[in-house]
Order: sequence, then structure tokens, then C-alpha cells
Amino acid sequence: MLRSAFRVTRVSSRLPIFSSPTLSLARRYLSQETRSKIQDAVSATPVVLFMKGTPDFPQCGFSRAAIQVLDLHGVPPEKMKTFNVLEDSELRQAIKEFSEWPTIPQLYVNGEFVGGCDILLSMHQSGELEDLLEKKGVIPPVAEESQAPGSPNTGTSSA
Amino acid sequence: MPVSLSDLEAAIRNAIPVAHLEIDDQSSGCGENYAVLIVSEAFEGKSTLARHRFINEVLKAQIAQMHAFSQKTFTPKQYEAYLQKSS
Repeated sequence: MLRSAFRVTRVSSRLPIFSSPTLSLARRYLSQETRSKIQDAVSATPVVLFMKGTPDFPQCGFSRAAIQVLDLHGVPPEKMKTFNVLEDSELRQAIKEFSEWPTIPQLYVNGEFVGGCDILLSMHQSGELEDLLEKKGVIPPVAEESQAPGSPNTGTSSA
Repeated sequence: MPVSLSDLEAAIRNAIPVAHLEIDDQSSGCGENYAVLIVSEAFEGKSTLARHRFINEVLKAQIAQMHAFSQKTFTPKQYEAYLQKSS
């Protein structure tokens, strides 16, 4: 039974989130420090996408699809933040443990994990994604639908 | 190590009753990139996210060895509706 070797790489100092070299030792489990850094990141902006590459240059078909779907729904740039896991191998591993989800991309809306590319695509097709983004105040509701303005029934569902 | 299709199938069938199962090796036979479609009554009452997490757990060891994995999950009734829509 072959166990895949853990590649312990030296952490570069220009990491967007993680700048502590001791993290390379703590690779096999998620430290409290890392956990709270990610928690902060996913709560700081309404829409947070962990992807491969950047919105302008996605490096993977699934990440590209995720960005395109969010773009289709008109998520305003100031309400969205993306993290390129290819630039940050610590994050790439840590986010999988944090979300308990094995693949990238990963979408968070208002601090809550929504899913990966296939979930995103099927929610898009079913209209669920639009509903979610409207309900969470990321995009304005379609004009004729909403009769009563200001029905902010946004339940705080914590992750 | 690449993941074998039969390995995936066995793991899924061992975990839940399967009404219909499609496993697609999207890496042209390299066993690195799989898309699965699972129809099972075990999904009844579970949200999409819950279903996906459940399957992620069932296939945890295999997914860890893949480069990419995607899934579609349906209850038997949902699958019928899905087939109707696509025909």
C-alpha cells in the first residue's frame, strides 16, 4: 500500500495569507492559526472563491467555469474576492481541510461553503444560484419579482 | 497511482443502494479525472451539498489520488425528471 509522500516545501514569504514558515511543519493538520485566517478570509467578503489561477487567467477548466458562472450573474467585483491556490501551496492544502472538500474551486457566500464547480453549475441551471445571490444581497433582485422591498430575511446560517 | 473504474464502482455500490450509475473517465483512460452520476434512494431528503459530501467521504481514498472529480446525484424520481428534460 503506497502512501503518497507529503511534499514539504519551504514557504515563500510572499504568500497572500500565510507568512509563517512554521506552517510547513504543520502540514498534516490544520492549525488553529491557519483555521482562523481562512475563517477571516471567507467572512471578509460576500463572495469568496478559491480557484486555480485568477479570474482573468484561470488555470483549470473547472475554475474557469466557476468564474464564468459568477460573472454571468453579475457579481460586482467589490463583493468578490478570489484566491489563487496555485500561488499558495499551503492554502491549497489548508482550504481542503478547512472546508472538508477535496477539490478546487470552492465557493463561499457570506462565510458559508456553497460547493465546487459541479454544484455551482447545477445551481445555476436550476435558478438556485440566482436565488442565493439575491437573498444574500450580492446581486439586486429582478425588478418585477420583488413586491416588498427590504425583506431582509437573511438567516445567519453559520458554517 | 491511477484509480480504477471498478474500484470506484465497488466503493459506491458497497456504500449505498444504486439504481443507476455512470462513471466517466475523463482523462482518456488515465484514471485521473472522473465524473460520476449516481442515482440512489439513499439521497432522498439530503441537500445537494450533503449528498456530495457523503460521496466525497465514501470515495475519500480514491479522490485523494485523482486530479479531478465531479459528481451528479439524483434520487430515482429526480433522475426520471432529468431524463425527461434532456430528451
